[in-house]
Amino acid sequence: MGGWRHLKGITAYLPRANVDTDQLIPARFMSAPRSEGYGDYLLYDQRRDAYGQLDPSFPLNTDKTPSVLIAHRNFGSGSSREAAVYALVDAGFQAVIAPSFGDIFSSNAVNNGLLPLRLDEQDHAKLVVCHKAKSDLPTAIDLDTCQLRLGSFECVFTLDETSRLKLINGWDDIDMTQQHLSSIEGYIERACNITPWAWPNGVK
Amino acid sequence: MTQPRTLLDKLWDAHEILRRDDGASLLWVDRHLVHEGSHHAFAKIGQKQIRVKEPNLTFGVLDHYVPTNRVGIQIAPSIPRMMQTLRDNAAMHGFKLFDLTHQNQGIVHVIGPELGLTLPGLLVNCGDSHTSTHGAFGALAFGIGATEVAHVLATQTIWQRKPRAMRIKVEGTLGPSVTAKDIALNWISLLGADGARGHAIEYAGSTIEALSMEGRMTLCNLSIEGGARFGMIAPDQTTFDYVKNRRYAPQGQKLEEAIEDWSDLKSDSDAYFDREITLRAEDIAPTVSWGTSPEQAVPVTATIPALENLEAPKAEAAKAALEYMGLEAGRPLIGTPVDQIFIGSCTNGRIEDLRAAAEVLQGRRAVIPGLISPGSLKIKAMAESEGLDKVFKDAGLEWAGAGCSMCVGMNGDLVAAGKRCASSTNRNFRGRQGKGARTHLMSPAMVAAAAVTGTICDVRDLLSGKTN
Repeated sequence: MGGWRHLKGITAYLPRANVDTDQLIPARFMSAPRSEGYGDYLLYDQRRDAYGQLDPSFPLNTDKTPSVLIAHRNFGSGSSREAAVYALVDAGFQAVIAPSFGDIFSSNAVNNGLLPLRLDEQDHAKLVVCHKAKSDLPTAIDLDTCQLRLGSFECVFTLDETSRLKLINGWDDIDMTQQHLSSIEGYIERACNITPWAWPNGVK
Repeated sequence: MTQPRTLLDKLWDAHEILRRDDGASLLWVDRHLVHEGSHHAFAKIGQKQIRVKEPNLTFGVLDHYVPTNRVGIQIAPSIPRMMQTLRDNAAMHGFKLFDLTHQNQGIVHVIGPELGLTLPGLLVNCGDSHTSTHGAFGALAFGIGATEVAHVLATQTIWQRKPRAMRIKVEGTLGPSVTAKDIALNWISLLGADGARGHAIEYAGSTIEALSMEGRMTLCNLSIEGGARFGMIAPDQTTFDYVKNRRYAPQGQKLEEAIEDWSDLKSDSDAYFDREITLRAEDIAPTVSWGTSPEQAVPVTATIPALENLEAPKAEAAKAALEYMGLEAGRPLIGTPVDQIFIGSCTNGRIEDLRAAAEVLQGRRAVIPGLISPGSLKIKAMAESEGLDKVFKDAGLEWAGAGCSMCVGMNGDLVAAGKRCASSTNRNFRGRQGKGARTHLMSPAMVAAAAVTGTICDVRDLLSGKTN
């Protein structure tokens, strides 16, 4: 997975709180292999009317391909399904901006190059006003300086250093952890002595 | 002098292999539970040609996609494929799998404790957000995504930033027919579906101490619905009694030694919590959700909030939720007609839940269709030996196999669009039980009462003889 530092992309706005991962991708689509692409499943049931037709009034149903999503409180809450992130990424998103995210969703997002950008309620409200005033304005995000810009709105956001570096470098945790094998072996040896009950009974 | 420590601190310290400068800890994983939904993670390690590092600490079970052997339910072709993929991965990597015909098959968060795989003091991971269930034993247990599952498979460790500590104390005696489910829906409705985001919750107080392990599991299970990745309860005699004689738990002298260690697993009396709230048990009533988020819940005797009484963003969310649910603001919940019921899931599919439902259904008939799916085959057998299945069948309800079933609908057990379901499950999200399905979360006894009256009703009236 490649990383990214700068982004300037079309912005979409989803004016709803508590968009959980069941909404982001309904369970029935999750048995597909990732190689088939998950983009079409994004918000599948929300984007369609009772007859299965795309609802033109739904924010994401445009000809444009946005890469930044402005959402509301508690985005990505609920199920740990990483498929919710796959659906966003495969649909072209690189960042979601919201006042809060589900904790598991945040980790999953960073592990797949999707920035969960948290803004406090006040800044978020200002950003929404700017977007509503001129919805075709692109959003610019700089991971080097943690700056966000949309029209006249500009701010510095906070992002923990691990997530920032992972997003920039596209790092895989497994490779990083392999560097600590001796520490892990040392831990196992200690734990075998201190907490022998932590190993399942009767399993060799 | 050592700093006073919380239960979270003690569990964290015991599993921390190292801490990076940026504050992320590398933690040892004692038990890794996998299910059919873990296929993305196996594909990831497959691409890198990595083998499972600790197959003896990895346990698999079929649950999410398992058909519950109901008559007339069509099995999608993807379902056998999903189950076979897990079988293939178990065989390839050499970890234990509880397959369909195994006597211990069931929902991952039900069988872990049943088998003694879940123990106090352990770190338990699973690619499922309801892994917080296992925290009921005084374990550090949390759900992870597929990339993290792949990492645990490859290294038996997980990178994690320590959450802040939060304590929810509940004091006093719960009223009749008020359960752990109601405690959970109550605090989530007070604090919000993201009320505990970034925190690990420790539940404490006399009400919690009086809960059975089943009740504690229900409470910890629902932590994630209030935004907390972790829920935990300090182990005590109730915990130790439960663990005794479980298949993978320490036995005999080893168990005695373990209990000695486990007895220290509690927050020091002067430990610091970043956040603390106290609830009174007597303030909690049987609680029912009316919207599409678990925070949208009220005591069954209350009315759906009037929109003008809510703050602007909440009013907007409530309006959209009520439109989806086909309900009106400001109206009483009691009397709302229900189309069907479901009892089961990792939240409320345990033996105690089935007994509570059977108590209500004994000698009564359900006036609407309903499905009851026990949390595991072991629970199924226990329920049948107690004659509970007969109570359910005599009431006209369907008694099915064990699995996640209608909580998430992956196996085809779905609620049709526009249908209203009284459900003992954990999520009333839009489309959770099926596209357009309307879910009302409540305790198993409350669900049973809804089956009998065909409406949302107060189970206390039914049990006290006020209504039939």
